[in-house]
Parts: sequence; C-alpha cells; structure tokens
Amino acid sequence: MTDQAYNFAYLDEQTKRMIRRAILKGLAIPGYQVPFASREMPMPYGWGTGGVQVSAAVLTPDDTFKVIDQGADDTTNAVSIRSFFERTAGVETTTATSEASVIQTRHRIPEEPLTEDQILVYQVPIPEPLRFLEPRESETRKMHSLEEYGLMHVKLYEDISRHGHIATSYAYPVKVEGRYVMDPSPIPKFDNPKLGDMAAIQLFGAGREQRIYALPPYTQVVSLDFEDHPFEASKADHPCGLCDATDSYLDEVIMDDQGGRMFVCSDTDYCEARRAAGHKGKDAA
Amino acid sequence: MTPLLSVQGITKRYGAHIGCADVSFDLYPGEVMGIVGESGSGKSTLLNCMAGHLPPDAGQVVFDTRTEGPKDTITMSEPERRMLGRTDWAFVHQHARDGLRMGVSAGGNVGERLMAVGERHYGDIRGKATDWLERVEIDAARVDDRPTTFSGGMQQRLQIARNLVTGPRLVFMDEPTGGLDVSVQARLLDLLRGLVRDMGLSAIIVTHDLAVVRLLADRLMVMKSGRVVEAGLTDQVLDDPQHAYSQLLVSSVLQV
Ligand SMILES: Nc1ncnc2c1ncn2[C@@H]1O[C@H](COP(=O)(O)OP(=O)(O)O)[C@@H](O)[C@H]1O
Ligand SMILES: [Mg+2]
Ligand SMILES: [Zn+2]
Repeated sequence: MTDQAYNFAYLDEQTKRMIRRAILKGLAIPGYQVPFASREMPMPYGWGTGGVQVSAAVLTPDDTFKVIDQGADDTTNAVSIRSFFERTAGVETTTATSEASVIQTRHRIPEEPLTEDQILVYQVPIPEPLRFLEPRESETRKMHSLEEYGLMHVKLYEDISRHGHIATSYAYPVKVEGRYVMDPSPIPKFDNPKLGDMAAIQLFGAGREQRIYALPPYTQVVSLDFEDHPFEASKADHPCGLCDATDSYLDEVIMDDQGGRMFVCSDTDYCEARRAAGHKGKDAA
Repeated sequence: MTPLLSVQGITKRYGAHIGCADVSFDLYPGEVMGIVGESGSGKSTLLNCMAGHLPPDAGQVVFDTRTEGPKDTITMSEPERRMLGRTDWAFVHQHARDGLRMGVSAGGNVGERLMAVGERHYGDIRGKATDWLERVEIDAARVDDRPTTFSGGMQQRLQIARNLVTGPRLVFMDEPTGGLDVSVQARLLDLLRGLVRDMGLSAIIVTHDLAVVRLLADRLMVMKSGRVVEAGLTDQVLDDPQHAYSQLLVSSVLQV
C-alpha cells in the first residue's frame, strides 16, 4: 500500500521532469556529465541518493524493481532502498535479475546479461574521473570539452610505476564512443567489458555531486590502457565454492577463525539460480 | 626570415592600473630574448599575455605555426592555443610547484606531455622520461619519486625536463632561477645554457637578475612601469646602457 503522504516515488512531478530532462540529455551525449539540481532525500548521501533520484524519475507503477549492493540483495543499503520504493511507489520488487525492469546497483553489474527491456541505475560517489589529479572543476570541465585526456593516462602510468602493473581495480576509467572519458562508478574492472554494447539502458546518478550521465543501449565503451600494458578484466582465479561458476566475479569470504576462506559469487541471485539448477561447488554443503 | 614570434602592441591593464603597455618585438628562431626590470615593472604580465595565460587588452602575438604559418595566438580558438601550449610552447614557472604535479612521480611529470599528445606505450614514455631526468642531472633512480622529496634546484630542473620532453620550439621562462641559493642558481644556469645551445631553443626569459640574461640572452628588453624603455643586444645594453633607468639598473642601484 503506497504511503499517501508522498507523491509517487517520493519526488514531486516537477523534480522528476527535471531529472528526466537530465537523463535524456545524458543519453543524447553518452558519457557526458549532465548537472542536475539534486534534492534532499530521506537518507544519507553515502546511500546512493543520486541513484535513488534517477530510479524515482524512471520508475512507473508497472515496473519491477531490484536493488543490489556489491552484488547482494540483502545488505542494509539494498534492503532499505528497496523498501523505500515499495513504500513510496508501491512497485513490485524482486531479487531475480531477469524479472526486474529497473535495477539499482552499487558496485556491480549483474552477471546475467541484461535486455533491452531493462534499465540499470548506478549509484555514483565521484563522477569526475579526472578529479584525483586535477581538483579544479573549471579545469576538468575544459579538459572534457577539449578532449584533453592525457592526465587519465598519467594516473595509469603512476599505477604501473608503483605496482608494476595497472593496479586500478575499481572505477576503472573508460572512453565512451571515442569521445568522453567516464568513471563507471566503483564497479570492479571485471565488469568493464559488460558496459560496452549492453542491450539495457545504463544511467549513472551522483547525488552529492549533482551529476547524471548515461550509456544508451549498444554503446561503444573502451577501457583505457597502454599498448604494452593492455586492459585485463581480472578476477580471483577460482571457481565459485558454492555453484562452481568460473565466469562470475567472486568475493573472498572468511569461513572461520582458523583462517578458512572460500570464494563465492558476489552476485547472489546468479549463484542461487545456478545452485537451484543443480550446479555445486566444492564448498557447498 | 619569418620571425618565430612577432609581438605587436601588447597592452594589459588591471583596472586603471597599467600592467604592461604597447610592447612590440620580433623573436627569430634560435634566439633568446631577456626581459629585465625591477619588481612590478610588468615583466610577468607581458610574459603571461604572450603565453596565452592572460588575455591582453590590445595587441597581437603572432606565432609561426608548423602547419599554417604565422597566426595570431590571441584570436585563435582556445583548443588551438591550448594545443600549442602542450606541443610547440613550454612555460617554466618561477615556483616549481606551479609547474609540476607534486602528487605525481618524476617520471609521470615528465611523461605527461608525451601522453597528452597521444603516446600510449608505457615503456617508451618511461624511457624518454628517464633520459630527460639524466639530461637535467637528476639520477634516473629517482624516476618514481615524487617532487616533494626533491630539493628546490632539483624541482626546477624537473620542471625544465617536463617542459622540454616534447621538443618545444619556444620556451617562456619566468624568473627560472628565482628563489634558489646562489650556487644552485649557477648550476641551473649552466644547464639551461647547455640545453638552449644543444637544442637550438628559442626562449623568452623574464628575470630581475642581470647575471641570468648576461649568460643566456642574445637580446634584451628593459622594462619600467609597464613599458619597454630600452632594447638591444645583451652586451650592448649591459655594457653601454642608453636610457637613464637602464643605467641605474646596470649600476646595480636598483638590484635585488
Ligand atoms: N592580478 C593583478 N591585479 C592587479 N594588478 C596586478 C596584477 N598582477 C600584477 N599587477 C600589477 O601590475 C604591475 C606589473 O606586475 P608584474 O607583471 O607582476 O611585474 P613583474 O613581473 O615585473 O614584477 C605591478 O604594478 C603589479 O602590482
Ligand atoms: Mg614577475
Ligand atoms: Zn556462485
């Protein structure tokens, strides 16, 4: 039952229209950061208020909504955002990737390939990929508009000189359609290849930083690298201990205080579906 | 011969106050022009107007570009001017921290201009950075160290390497030896003189230190209250100054 104290999905219609305009502009200029007037949401910034506002602007009463946090549906963050929209929009929710029409995510792309009927909404803490080396926003804006992206490679250069390889493993920068360099939010670089050529619409919302950007379906997305240090979508070199998947991103889980550990799919829905289909890893009971 | 840089009537005001007024000169390839004058005489204002860091109120700065020949850099598009700024032009700041990225390794500082013009081979970039560190007398083993761990003189030499790595055709320098100890200054001057000779660099050097121009500059302009009061060959101006102000300057009454 929708809480009648709120408009559908909490935000008023005018605000949602403003956010939709920013989304449309973002879709028209893939990878370009569109400023928007971020609203106060009844939750702390760290909880993904940018993603929540984008979800609120795209949700319709017929949607089925899924929220994942680091791949899991059951963290405090995921549960509270899901219940927020259950309460304020009355939409159906699900944990099954294939059943969701709108998926809000923090730090992962689901393993199961998404379709043209789906929208993936990312929560973004820091939208500006050039920020760490150039703190002046006036300057980074100019760098984007003039395609001056040498600085992005300075960061990767520093990585290699310090670690012997590109150690950036999250929020790995990408170039979109040969034009804008974009921060894909802190997803593991394992997920980077899924960003490109994806059938679903991808929307990125940064609440505190008041930016929205987007990738329309089937956009070209290339991870930056050097000729002699090519990009690699790495993950832990194990099969999942529960479902035996060899193609999914794994979390290392400490099992006991004797130092026992196992590797399991970070995408809990993917892992559960495989186990339900009879796959069994070496650590499964 | 076409001048590499032709400066015409550059004027910059700060409100009612004059920064520099009606400065004109030509710089030919391979020439080093010194600009001297006491503090506040307008040297930095002029240099920043020429280098595209400050928009002048009047005047032209015509640069002989590689592809299109002489072009006014004041009226060219900003992307074009910024491209010049990281290819054919270089700018050495008085304070190394204004010209370096202090949070980035020495190698990354030198490599940035290479990456900015599209170099994408880590090994090559690092190789060139190491070569340049050695050329400015920094131990190649320091390539991964940050400039914050360098002495003032080393930082300034690193800034020079970072600027010269892409083989610029024109280098702007604002008091490159200012703020350094005398012995460190001497070493830096020797190094700069060697680089200018070996690379056939064209440069414009702003300084209040006559020893610097004596060593580096072919020609000299003396500025006072924003205007050029005397110009000529360096030795001529220093040994036989004509303008009363130049005479004072040379007699070191106005020094420091
Ligand atoms: N940003 C500014 N705003 C106002 N006045 C300035 C500014 N910069 C310089 N000036 C003035 O312009 C004159 C020339 O300064 P400057 O070019 O810095 O001289 P120099 O480099 O020879 O010491 C001085 O009187 C200085 O006070
Ligand atoms: Mg000055
Ligand atoms: Zn699994």
